[in-house]
Amino acid sequence: MSSQTLPITHEMPREHYLNATYGIRSWLLTTDHKRIALLYLASVTFFFFIGGLFATMIRIHLLTPAGFLVTPETYNKLFTMHGVAMIFFFLIPSIPAVLGNFLVPMMIGAKDLAYPKINLLSWYIYLIGGGFVLYSFSTGGLDTGWTFYTPLSSVYSNSAVTPAVIGIFINGFSSILTGLNFIVTIHTMRAPGLTWFRLPLFVWAQYATSIIFILGTPVIAITLLLVGLERMFHLGFFNPALGGDPILFQHLFWFYSHPAVYIMILPAMGVVSEIIPTFARKPIFGYTFIAGSSIAIAVIGFVVWAHHMFLTGESVYAALAFSLLSYLVAIPSAVKVFNWTATLYKGSVSYDTPMLYALGFIGLFLIGGLTGLFLACLGLDIHIHDTYFVIAHFHYIMVGGAVMGYVGGLHFWWPKITGKLYPEFLARIAAMVLFVGFNLTFFPQFILGYLGMPRRYHMYPPEFQVLNVMSTAGASILALGYLLPMIYLTWSMRYGKVAGPNPWPATGLEWQTTSPPPTENFDVTPVVDWEPYDFDHRPDLGLTAGAGELAPSHGDD
Amino acid sequence: MQSQMSIYPDQASNFAPQVDALMIFITGICLFFAVAVTVAIIYFFFKYRRTHAGEIGKAIHGDMRLEAAWIVVPLMLSLCMFGWGAVVYVNFRVAPKDTLDIYVVGKQWMFKAQQPNGLREINELHVPVGRDVRLILGSEDVIHDFFVPAFRVKMDVMPGRYNTMWFRPTKAGRYHFFCAQYCGTNHAKMGGWVTVMEAPEYAAWLSGSTGSELSPVAAGEKLFTEKACVTCHISDGTGRAPSLNGVYGANVLLSDGSTVAADDAYIRESILNPAAKVVARYQPIMPTFQGQLTEEQILSLTSYIKSLQSQPVPAKGYGMAPAAAAAAGKK
Repeated sequence: MSSQTLPITHEMPREHYLNATYGIRSWLLTTDHKRIALLYLASVTFFFFIGGLFATMIRIHLLTPAGFLVTPETYNKLFTMHGVAMIFFFLIPSIPAVLGNFLVPMMIGAKDLAYPKINLLSWYIYLIGGGFVLYSFSTGGLDTGWTFYTPLSSVYSNSAVTPAVIGIFINGFSSILTGLNFIVTIHTMRAPGLTWFRLPLFVWAQYATSIIFILGTPVIAITLLLVGLERMFHLGFFNPALGGDPILFQHLFWFYSHPAVYIMILPAMGVVSEIIPTFARKPIFGYTFIAGSSIAIAVIGFVVWAHHMFLTGESVYAALAFSLLSYLVAIPSAVKVFNWTATLYKGSVSYDTPMLYALGFIGLFLIGGLTGLFLACLGLDIHIHDTYFVIAHFHYIMVGGAVMGYVGGLHFWWPKITGKLYPEFLARIAAMVLFVGFNLTFFPQFILGYLGMPRRYHMYPPEFQVLNVMSTAGASILALGYLLPMIYLTWSMRYGKVAGPNPWPATGLEWQTTSPPPTENFDVTPVVDWEPYDFDHRPDLGLTAGAGELAPSHGDD
Repeated sequence: MQSQMSIYPDQASNFAPQVDALMIFITGICLFFAVAVTVAIIYFFFKYRRTHAGEIGKAIHGDMRLEAAWIVVPLMLSLCMFGWGAVVYVNFRVAPKDTLDIYVVGKQWMFKAQQPNGLREINELHVPVGRDVRLILGSEDVIHDFFVPAFRVKMDVMPGRYNTMWFRPTKAGRYHFFCAQYCGTNHAKMGGWVTVMEAPEYAAWLSGSTGSELSPVAAGEKLFTEKACVTCHISDGTGRAPSLNGVYGANVLLSDGSTVAADDAYIRESILNPAAKVVARYQPIMPTFQGQLTEEQILSLTSYIKSLQSQPVPAKGYGMAPAAAAAAGKK
């Protein structure tokens, strides 16, 4: 039973993308996708911090029924700015622009994205859009809700709506260009031998996400521009007093904003599809079904938007159609969960931190996805629509799902990005703190919602207090779960142990080069002659091939 | 309702048991899958945990029968959830005949209700047990939403159009209602209490406190004169505009040859935007009353026009499609 592998001490490569050039100019004018990924990492972390600060204030305020921290005006601004910062400037760019930027070219054996300069431009557009939004936040704030429902946003709100919608409009171009870049890159720059069905599932997920970026983003950008025009020049698009239609706004808004949820969750699913086979050391179960379900989610996800509008008075027939379609989009998500679970069967499963995040993702996504079935149900939605049930549901998807995937992905590829290992024990603790804190924060909100507490309330009847206090207590644990990785990951950049090219080991092309990689990613263009996640035929990984079948059974577990 | 904390809201309308049954059904299905997947993950996690550093797993690439099973079974269950939910929803959206109609107007940040006899309430709503109640909802400004958790019903209150919702209260008591659609600064304060009373008490309450309020029909009739509607819409059909006798609920023939049902929404549109749907044989000469009438006044006018439903339709000078006119004439 003695291990065949000898302890190897790795050394950092002499030259890599981080030390190839020095100085602030070398970063701000870089066209290296890996450096741009790090620029995004810094900027989305900044917005995550701002959004998190607002969330903290919201939870503290709701400790008592009357609300004791801020005025109603301020509370409304807090939840609005929390939503805008988190959704448009953290969640949507997080995995695609950070991990996607870093990994897509490396995973397909390319030197960079197809349009490296446009890639840098995307980041600057993001910064300009973010600047407008920060200007809105700091000059009166924004109190429309992140949903910008008209005519509240276009006529009645007294807050800084115009700079915010301009910011989100501008930011849309960043998403569109990133999506375009990924699609062209994946189509044209795959290494020899890397056929579509040999692509890592993360790349499939990025491809599906890019489709939504390109098709959906223009709609939200134009819609919010129309809100700005109605506000500034009193053009009647959505205001019924001017002959406009407020329901039209909701159709246009959700046409993007529902698929936007898939922009957040699909890349996280891609991350999980990489982590699970790596730490179970076997091919993923049902590769084509996981890849195909990403595309199915992206496509069906475009035709479910009006399930946000069952109680606006929309046609009963429309409601029936959108409810049915919403149930259909649940199927490919279920397929993924079953396939991930089946992948563990007869695996060689380890407890490494990325695996804990991936399994945590499945647990939380399971609850988030299943509670979607409650909301898609027409009869039940009459009661739980616009209550805390909805808040809990989408936080399970966006935070439990997307953020767990993002943080898990950061841990998985951190050795590749920085060349260093983080403290494993501390990281496992943090993953579990995050999981527990998340559930404590958001599970009580399902019950609150069914009891009838509406969302976006700065005060509430006293019978809801106990559950609100539980939720706030959970949020403090959750905050610790986010702070820990921020601290030890930063620490590890300087003090962490050297990782070596492939510490887990994993099968993807990105692990075939040094950590951190050279600016050109690969010294020679790799040639792929293996199937994805195939540990059996990869002697280069240094594992004892076939040991899984020969290992003694653990029936006594 | 005032207890420290319950994990189950009161059931006080016909929809409450229906929605709760759906909740239990879907919870059951979801719990089954959640537990099955969680148990499988935990079991595999420990059963197949790595025992030495170089170990790899057994290469299993998939199984078509399993894939088919976990596509088909969830699909079937989803269709059941969809179907059952659809039945409850259609029942909620299509009100029964002979309802007790109460007008509710939302404005930042209060709900104003008006009972059939004209009694007005603010942030209060009184309804009788056992009667089908229909709320006709309109908004003066932004989108609101009328939500009664104990009844398990809610509906958006839209500016520029009417929505309706109905329920049958089943248990006397006082229940919260909330605004569920975010509507600005005091959104959280926009709510109040629904008081469900036994029918005799409700009748006594209504008659005991009418005061000097005009009923919506009477108020509408007064407005009809004050706003000079009556100078053109002459009831015997001799005016420059069609007689409104019998028109409510009938089909109206328009100048483009199409017909439209004269419901609350059509009447509202014709008051605010008269040129949108012009009755056949008439000129588009009516001025708009946009900005001159409050939502409540529009509702009063609508009530008055509705009360003309039973009046005799003149031989000519009406707006209805011929078949509809004949039917209305027979009444």
